[in-house]
Amino acid sequence: MRNTKVVTLEEAIRRSGLKDGMTISFHHHFRGGDKVVNLVVAKLAEMGFKNLHLAASSLSDVHAPLIDHIKNGVITKISTSGLRGDLANEISHGLMKEPVVFRSHGGRGSAIASGELHIDVAFLGASSCDELGNASGCPRSENAKSICGSLGYALPDARYADHVVVLTDDLVAYPNVPKSISACDVESVVVVDSVGDSSKISSGAIRDSKNPRDILLAKQAAKVIINSGYFKDGFSIQTGTGGASLAAVKYIRESMLEKGIKASFALGGITAHMVKLHEEGLIGRLVDVQSFDKVAAESIANDQMHQEVSAVEYASADHIGSAVHALDIVILSALEVDVDFNVNVLVGSDGIIRGAIGGHPDTAEDSALSIIVCPLLRGRIPCVVPKVTTLITPGKGVDVVVTEYGIAVNPARPEIADRLKAAGLKVVDIHDLAAKARSIIGEPDALPFGDRVVGIVMDRHGKVLDKIHNILD
Amino acid sequence: MMFVPGNNPGMMADAHIYGPDSIMLDLEDSVTMAEKDAARLLVHNALKSIDFGGTEMVVRINPLNTPYGKKDVEAVVKAGVDVIRMPKTETADEVRELEAEIVKVETELGCVGRTLIMAAIESALGVVNAYEIATASKRMMGIALGAEDYSANLKTQRTPGGAELLLARESIVVAARAAGIACFDTVYSNLDDMETFRKEVELIKTLGFDGKSIINPRQIEVVNEVFAPSQKDIDKALRIIAAIKEAQAKGSGVIAVNGKMVDRPVVIRAERTVALAIASGILDKEEAL
Repeated sequence: MRNTKVVTLEEAIRRSGLKDGMTISFHHHFRGGDKVVNLVVAKLAEMGFKNLHLAASSLSDVHAPLIDHIKNGVITKISTSGLRGDLANEISHGLMKEPVVFRSHGGRGSAIASGELHIDVAFLGASSCDELGNASGCPRSENAKSICGSLGYALPDARYADHVVVLTDDLVAYPNVPKSISACDVESVVVVDSVGDSSKISSGAIRDSKNPRDILLAKQAAKVIINSGYFKDGFSIQTGTGGASLAAVKYIRESMLEKGIKASFALGGITAHMVKLHEEGLIGRLVDVQSFDKVAAESIANDQMHQEVSAVEYASADHIGSAVHALDIVILSALEVDVDFNVNVLVGSDGIIRGAIGGHPDTAEDSALSIIVCPLLRGRIPCVVPKVTTLITPGKGVDVVVTEYGIAVNPARPEIADRLKAAGLKVVDIHDLAAKARSIIGEPDALPFGDRVVGIVMDRHGKVLDKIHNILD
Repeated sequence: MMFVPGNNPGMMADAHIYGPDSIMLDLEDSVTMAEKDAARLLVHNALKSIDFGGTEMVVRINPLNTPYGKKDVEAVVKAGVDVIRMPKTETADEVRELEAEIVKVETELGCVGRTLIMAAIESALGVVNAYEIATASKRMMGIALGAEDYSANLKTQRTPGGAELLLARESIVVAARAAGIACFDTVYSNLDDMETFRKEVELIKTLGFDGKSIINPRQIEVVNEVFAPSQKDIDKALRIIAAIKEAQAKGSGVIAVNGKMVDRPVVIRAERTVALAIASGILDKEEAL
């Protein structure tokens, strides 16, 4: 090989032309095991950079070291889909002067593609990469350590960033194909000890929930789907990774087998459950923006009918070709749903940011049938409330809410309510669910929010949807 | 009948969402000595404040010969419990003693006769005395088998086939039927073996039990599936009842359905099938009339 792009991290940063005040980006495919963000930002701090805008597809508990970099002025702005753990807690209490900008996955893809979110330098972790920058989330050698499967959320960054640095812990011989990120989009390749802790990147085999409440919710959600009018040959589906969502797949599978119904595709974060149905011939294609577990990551590496899509191809509102426009059914979770069917998946009932928008508003709005599965109460926290703490997914895109106390159908979808009632399901008014929750736990005190805006929620079309205020102790 | 530990408020509040026919809040074996008083207070308040959606509420009290039994009776009767389950019942006298305690509290409240009794039979002596126990009080609504203590008392152990329980089960069903009350089978505690559980439920249904005690909501579906009558049975039962009504209207005593003579036991069985179908939610009440 005559040319090589392999350099040290410091050299890669130097070559990128990064300056104070610019925007750097990261993906979150290594989830709770990610080491790239902390490694790169520590190096940037060491090199004396200040005032950077960190635009990640999402951030989690593992990114608590950013707190110090924020205090030291290295990072002064964050854009992300979500925040969790200590970082989220500090930010909720007012750590940053500038509010964090929250976007959905589709919204971020669109914002990057349109230039609204301009990325100067993207630092993208890869499970394997060759010397020229052909990068993949799949293993390509015996040395593969950190496997994540799809790199869907990194693809807009790779394509639209001014400068792209790939970090890998498995440098393999050219050509590293099939590739997710093309060498043509990559300026530098950095070899590091580890891009992620594999035990925290993904779980192993399928684990079915034994939580009776999850099972109850899952059965109800499956009954809603089966009787919704959308459960017919060739339907498409997306589910989340919560216990109830995964268990619902099991019951939907039984009904598919019984009625001889097959799905055309499953979309989104792909799990072992979906892979199983695909391999049984019950789902034709897997359209994968994020591989949630080892089984899914192995499947995308080996199965032609299991394909990666970028965040734009997955969930952009602007592109008619994005997959969500073709999605029939989605099962989603919620921290809170209100009586207008608005959903909050980002800010806890204690006013502290503790989640991620993900593809929630994208899939809810564009799917033909969106089902929110959430318990009426989590401990003493009500999940069906008069008004959500923070608006993430507007109620006009939400069709059905499944709780253990009954199923509420958006009044805008009377035909669905009629079908569910005809099937003998317990359809209730969402106001009654909110009242039931109140009757059990009483009237909570109002949250002590301050005057400062710590977060701005953008809708998937690029408009401000809601603001998150600092929480006082 | 779903067992719920009386010291777990979260489980108590949630129990009815899974749709058991009755909920048994336990003050006895699932509560340690140190927590007896706290659990009693919790159960009292749970009965008073939680909306169990009309589910029949049972409380298993501690035996009356312990320091807790009488206090348990007072607390749960005051909270308006539907049924008190008496553990380790061996003689009719024990039932009468419990009844006297209940009457004492009910007299104070002005609601004599409100609280029903269920006796758990958990020993060889209890099995021998099953009929006397079943007929010891007008409040007696049912008797139940407690198999763990019973098999220990027999100096044997529980097996998947349940051979060791056969006599006890049959004795309890016979005693209950003779007394005209209900009977309930014991719990099955291996939650990971749903297949053996299903077989056990099928067995006890065949023996004549009215229901099964369960320890986890995941077991409800199996019990309902086994006990729910088939559509064929329901259709047949409805035809029999319709024929009987027609015959009564005409003043005729004997009827035939599909060429077969229908006598009294057949009608009783048909009525029971319809009642079960309504209870299982398979048959609409109005449809049955």
